[in-house]
Amino acid sequence: MPPFAPAARGGNEQPTALLKVEHLTMRFGGLVAVDDVSFEAPDAGITAIIGPNGAGKTTVFNCLTGFYKPSVGRLTLSHPRRGPLYLERMEGFRIPQVAGVARTFQNVRLFGGMSVLENLIVAQHNELMHASFFSLAGLLGLGRYRRAEAKAVERARYWLDRVGLTARADWDAANLPYGEQRRLEIARAMCSQPVLLCLDEPAAGLNPRESSDLNRLLIGIRDEQRIGILLIEHDMSVVMGISDKIVVLDHGRQIAEGEPRQVRADPAVIRAYLGEDEDEDLPPEVARDLARDGGGA
Amino acid sequence: MSGARLFGPAWLTEGVKEALLQALVALILAVPLIGLKTVQEPGGLGLQTRWPAVAIAVACVFVGRLLLVIARHVWPPRPKAAQSPVVAARIRRFVRLLGPAAIAFALLLPFLPFADRYVLDVSILVLTYVMLGWGLNIVVGLAGLLDLGYVAFYAVGAYSYALFAANFGLSFWACLPIAGALAATFGILLGFPVLRLRGDYLAIVTLGFGEMIRVILINWSSLTNGPRGISGIPRPDFFGVPFNPSPAPDASAFHTLFGIAYSPIQRVIFLYYLILVLALLTNLFTLRIRKLPVGRAWEALREDEIACRSLGINPTNTKLTAFAIGAMFAGFAGSFFATRQGFISPESFTFLESAIILAIVVLGGMGSQVGIVIAAIVLIGGPELVRELEEYRMLAFGGLMVLIMVWRPRGLLAFREPTIRLADFDRTARARSEPAATVP
Ligand SMILES: Nc1ncnc2c1ncn2[C@@H]1O[C@H](COP(=O)(O)OP(=O)(O)O)[C@@H](O)[C@H]1O
Ligand SMILES: [Mg+2]
Repeated sequence: MPPFAPAARGGNEQPTALLKVEHLTMRFGGLVAVDDVSFEAPDAGITAIIGPNGAGKTTVFNCLTGFYKPSVGRLTLSHPRRGPLYLERMEGFRIPQVAGVARTFQNVRLFGGMSVLENLIVAQHNELMHASFFSLAGLLGLGRYRRAEAKAVERARYWLDRVGLTARADWDAANLPYGEQRRLEIARAMCSQPVLLCLDEPAAGLNPRESSDLNRLLIGIRDEQRIGILLIEHDMSVVMGISDKIVVLDHGRQIAEGEPRQVRADPAVIRAYLGEDEDEDLPPEVARDLARDGGGA
Repeated sequence: MSGARLFGPAWLTEGVKEALLQALVALILAVPLIGLKTVQEPGGLGLQTRWPAVAIAVACVFVGRLLLVIARHVWPPRPKAAQSPVVAARIRRFVRLLGPAAIAFALLLPFLPFADRYVLDVSILVLTYVMLGWGLNIVVGLAGLLDLGYVAFYAVGAYSYALFAANFGLSFWACLPIAGALAATFGILLGFPVLRLRGDYLAIVTLGFGEMIRVILINWSSLTNGPRGISGIPRPDFFGVPFNPSPAPDASAFHTLFGIAYSPIQRVIFLYYLILVLALLTNLFTLRIRKLPVGRAWEALREDEIACRSLGINPTNTKLTAFAIGAMFAGFAGSFFATRQGFISPESFTFLESAIILAIVVLGGMGSQVGIVIAAIVLIGGPELVRELEEYRMLAFGGLMVLIMVWRPRGLLAFREPTIRLADFDRTARARSEPAATVP
């Protein structure tokens, strides 16, 4: 049992999914970036959202995490302790705070001028605020805050170990190499103790070794923390390897949903990934490879 | 690429072009500024032209720029890497030594042989700006909110003290928290509508708010006595004991209390220590709150507001606390200003004051407490020491700022000490748990 796993739920598993997205639509003026998308994400499972560039994947995340208000749709999160929460009605910052939805960004967003450890402590802001009576206990130097901070540091250390950044703890986050910044962002999201972790192209720009480390990390998080993971990914081979479920978007529409094996064989998916224009540009051997793998970015 | 090359190598052609452009800008500026001069003539005002002076100025700019281009070519500037760890460590060590040394010096200053009335007055002025700089640093340096109207809260503090002391006879110590609370309240009132704005927009709105407060102070004559200001503000006393050269036979005064001869400098020394304590309290508060969740959230907000929201930090509340607390310290400083001057008027709270305080924060190196002290000494004390320059004082002030920005673009002491280190944390945690470990 990992030290920071959420309390185990009762034996009778709840039948409802952790996240239920129904008829999600997001319009920007005339542009329909997400068009009537519905899917479910289980807890303790990796749900991949794939699709070509501009398909609307990031927009789905932005709706889920409160950065955009959906034009239409219902986003239900069945929180293990707080019951069903309707994310589309919640104010942006309350979604991570109350519903426990954490995310990373396609373009890494760290607190660059702060140290790696500080990044992880800031992620536990709400818990620390609570423990310190909105910092007053800390201002007066009460032991209560010191204990809470010590606990926060221990949690940070656990995740630093998990992503292999312990030696970098006191570095400025901006000075880390790119791959480590990506891992730090995941560690930071995990330090906020989410029930749903949304990762926007976490493997982008990683070398193959880093990428396979990442896969192992994600599987580890799923199996040990037993939280839901939503994963946006470009690379089909990565997705096929680790996801329990795949949702395919194309031009804002959902063209497939299901287990990796089903999706790989889906003709609509193959067409979307090898659009008629595109396979003319591709060298024939690459197109053949892609078709064999069931697609590719 | 194969454009007509007039002469010499390409970099020189480029340099000449650059210098010509600069000379043109100089010409446009110099014609009205230098070229035309109004003079008294028998029939009224007349215009005098000074074209040779314009020509000299433009030539200076052209030649100067050209020399700069050549110098840059001959000695190419070393690419400035991000601050190396070695330099950062050196600055850190310097600051660690400098801080306590500066505090010790400040505590002893009134008793040093050269500390006459004038030196103390300048020191009080500098310390007032140090305190204002430290207060604004919470807003600008930590929370990253560009506030161009900080002087408004200074004014609120000063007028609160003046009005409460004059109308209700409250003492300085009773007024101090009131002034702080009122300034903080104004901070929140201003903050609510404007903190949704970012960067430049926030700067402009706060600038407008600063001016608004001044205009209200001028026009609300029944309360503030308008542009004539408030005079006869009670001077500070030593915790209830006045500084009075000839007290009534049954009353005490500071010098009788301590059995020493009366000297007017006693009050100045008291004021000096008062502002020193207020400033150090501001500093202590900032150092402390940086290590607390609120302080860390401020800095995180400065670094990336979107990431903050994705971690469940309420940006509006966090910004409001920074704004209110920064305003509170300005309110304290304002009270001190009022009791020291004995007279305040809206004239003391112009935009220039906000700009000077902001300049101190920026030149000091955003977020650096010691840097702010140095910047305040240089920017406030410096011009005082060169009073002989008279009307060139502001020129010296501007020149100094330009020099500092060229020499250290990120401020004098731009480095940031992490609020927590894993290594230090382990050490203290072990030290604390050791005695406990011996208990069976
Ligand atoms: N804030 C916005 N305003 C206007 N258009 C947007 C906005 N955000 C996303 N879009 C558009 O929505 C579409 C989907 O974008 P996005 O979700 O980023 O795609 P991706 O699947 O590559 O992450 C794109 O055409 C993009 O231009
Ligand atoms: Mg995207």
